[in-house]
Amino acid sequence: MKSSTLSLLLAGLLLAGGAHATDADHIRASHAWIRVLPGALPAGAYVTLENDGEQPVALRGAGSTVYAEVMLHQSSRAGGMSRMSMVDALNVPAHGKAELAPAGYHLMLMQPNAPVKPGDTVTLTLQFGDGSTLATDFIARPANALDAGDGHTDHAMPAMDHGAMPHDH
Amino acid sequence: MKPRHWLRPALLFLLLAAGLLLGGCHRGEPLPFRLTNISGHMPDLDFKLTDDSGKAVTGADYRGKVAVLYFGYTHCPDVCPLTLAQLHVVMQRLGPLADGARILFVSVDPARDTPAIMHAYVNAFDPRAIGLTGSARAVEALSKRYRSAFTREPSSADGAYEVSHSSAIYVFDRDGRARVLATPSASQDDLVHDLHLLLDTGATP
Repeated sequence: MKSSTLSLLLAGLLLAGGAHATDADHIRASHAWIRVLPGALPAGAYVTLENDGEQPVALRGAGSTVYAEVMLHQSSRAGGMSRMSMVDALNVPAHGKAELAPAGYHLMLMQPNAPVKPGDTVTLTLQFGDGSTLATDFIARPANALDAGDGHTDHAMPAMDHGAMPHDH
Repeated sequence: MKPRHWLRPALLFLLLAAGLLLGGCHRGEPLPFRLTNISGHMPDLDFKLTDDSGKAVTGADYRGKVAVLYFGYTHCPDVCPLTLAQLHVVMQRLGPLADGARILFVSVDPARDTPAIMHAYVNAFDPRAIGLTGSARAVEALSKRYRSAFTREPSSADGAYEVSHSSAIYVFDRDGRARVLATPSASQDDLVHDLHLLLDTGATP
């Protein structure tokens, strides 16, 4: 009895230790959402990352079982032109945060193997420079959403009343 | 009895004068726009493109509507949808007045953006949005007309490519005259304000 309890405890500790090696346990992800576009058009994914560790962590990209390709991108505007470029990494400072938000950093999701609809949850595995990963649930939002829809806003937007929206052409 | 003779013409004259003054206000005085006023500085809305139902259209087809023109492409996952989502919020805030306005989303990637794709795309944002596409030459002509620009970036290994493009939003009045220029970072309050001015005045059907 006593020894079996001990072995269970040991097994648990070992498991926790094993998980520690791959999970980005100093990183907390919140406001994770995807802007769903019609058909198989590429979609943008956004998330806020907070690092409560002592070391900076670099987001390198993400993996997905739904999208064949995921790329870390940055939108920028210069001289009145909008452009998008691939970035190798986004730094999440120690005791700091990094935001992937519209018109800035985002994960570009390409070639979904099944249609993703607003309301769906898609798990993306965020990959960091130190080899750790963080499986994060992203909520799929309509094309005309401006944020995760959880009360957090990246932009000073007025509350939208979808019920009052005229749908006539 | 005598004064009556001149009373009528005098009244008529006063009415005419008042009418002229009101008319003068309408035409002569600039509307107090908050965004960049481009009245008289950009050509009238004119193009030959295909709308998202596959119909050949010209700028004249949107006379009577306040037109909000924006260039973009559907394979753009971040900035284009953000701008269209923000324009959707602006339209919602205009309430029933928004029926007098149309968002014209012009593709700078006509090779990939067919009318069918454009249709699904714009309607995911707002029922008053219209997707316009056409020959590369027609799109370029419209872009040049408004001193806008776009560049196709080099393709990646899988053939995917991005298009860098001007981010300006052009607003035309019901007569197709260019009136206001905005950037996507313009405040929604200012866009609502200026569209209100254009939708309130000159309610030509």
